[in-house]
Amino acid sequence: MTRNHPTTLVAELTHRCPLHCPYCSNPLEMNRADEELSTDDWKRVLSQARELGVLQLGLSGGEPLVRKDVEELAAHAHRLGLYTTLVTSGLGLTRSRAEKLREAGLEHVQISLQDSDVETAERIAGAASVKQKEAAVASVRELGFAFSINVVLHRANLDRIGEIIELAGSLGADRLELANTQYYGWALANRAALMPTREQVVAADRVALEAMARYRGRMQVLYVLPDYYEEYPKPCYGGWGKHYLLVMPDGRTLPCHGATHITTLAFDSVRHRSLQWIWAESPAFEAFRGEEWMQEPCRSCPRKAIDFGGCRCQAFALTGDAASTDPVCRLSPRHALVEEALNDAAGPVTYRYRDLVMHSPRP
Amino acid sequence: MDLTGATVPVLWRLARLDFDPVRQRHVLLYPEGTVLLNDSGAAILQLCDGHRTVSEIARILQERYGSDVTADVVEYLSGLAERELVRDA
Repeated sequence: MTRNHPTTLVAELTHRCPLHCPYCSNPLEMNRADEELSTDDWKRVLSQARELGVLQLGLSGGEPLVRKDVEELAAHAHRLGLYTTLVTSGLGLTRSRAEKLREAGLEHVQISLQDSDVETAERIAGAASVKQKEAAVASVRELGFAFSINVVLHRANLDRIGEIIELAGSLGADRLELANTQYYGWALANRAALMPTREQVVAADRVALEAMARYRGRMQVLYVLPDYYEEYPKPCYGGWGKHYLLVMPDGRTLPCHGATHITTLAFDSVRHRSLQWIWAESPAFEAFRGEEWMQEPCRSCPRKAIDFGGCRCQAFALTGDAASTDPVCRLSPRHALVEEALNDAAGPVTYRYRDLVMHSPRP
Repeated sequence: MDLTGATVPVLWRLARLDFDPVRQRHVLLYPEGTVLLNDSGAAILQLCDGHRTVSEIARILQERYGSDVTADVVEYLSGLAERELVRDA
């Protein structure tokens, strides 16, 4: 099979993080600090990624700034010609580190916000964090980075989407990513507390569309739809093993950030294999390339060229079979699993936080 | 924006034009996005310096290639402007 050059590498430098968001995209079973790749390992991975054709790099985590070598890795990425995004909570992004990162050639900083309301934001993050985020935003703006804000949306903040957009606008973001929660890992464990109601989703969709038009030319507003409320699944990263790869803190390399949940696949590590081999030869990356693996109704469906049967990780998480149709699809024989989950929106808000369990009152 | 001959097109502040030696082609890079460019697209974007108008860019390319490419330049830049990757300086 002919393989594309991948365009995007996400380097999850660490799973360590000062925040405890209940929708964290890290796996439930996180890597310890002593399992993390070394600076030299990461430099080798970035060089191999560029040789493979990668153009976009995300330095992510956990909180990547927990590591002291982010500046060195950003400089290495810059020498390779990669367009690099630092994906950060903002915690740890002091003025001095921001200056060093700018000197290193880092181009783009994405800071997460949890909510426009301070109290709810810190309840979701499980930590006092808003003041440090504000300081980080100021440094990013003053130093002239390309600047994005990312907000994960769920039942407790979706009604404030309008205020969240205005906040991002007032903070001077070039881009705002509004991403409805995707239910993998921690978010799946917290689905009952995070799931919005249909009324919330309908109202929020309208506010987002209006803001996209109103901010056009000033702030690019991107809106990731809540896929449980859609008719058809997302074309996950443009197809398995086609454009995207993610290296975990311990070196295991995935075609999708939720892939560790597919327990029927084994993921090779950059400690033992080159990124080239993993991309082109490894069984895990080959598993769902093309269309041969598809079952009905995907196999005979004209939409298979559009959405590739949806997300393999979601299919596995909900049905136990990673080759089945993503149950989000209304044509899936297991679509009832998703419809039933929508009833969760009527339940209480009790979060299972990363690292700790806490309870919170209803918003 | 509606692109005309008088528009001064410039790349979005967040976008960068580069050459990828792996693919042997020019690329437009911006936050979490990549456009693989063909030779004519790259030739147009290389002339978008924030000073030249669309008409001036088309004239330079006409001298280079010997045919009137104004319609192609307008169409190409309009497509990128629709995606907010090219803006009016």
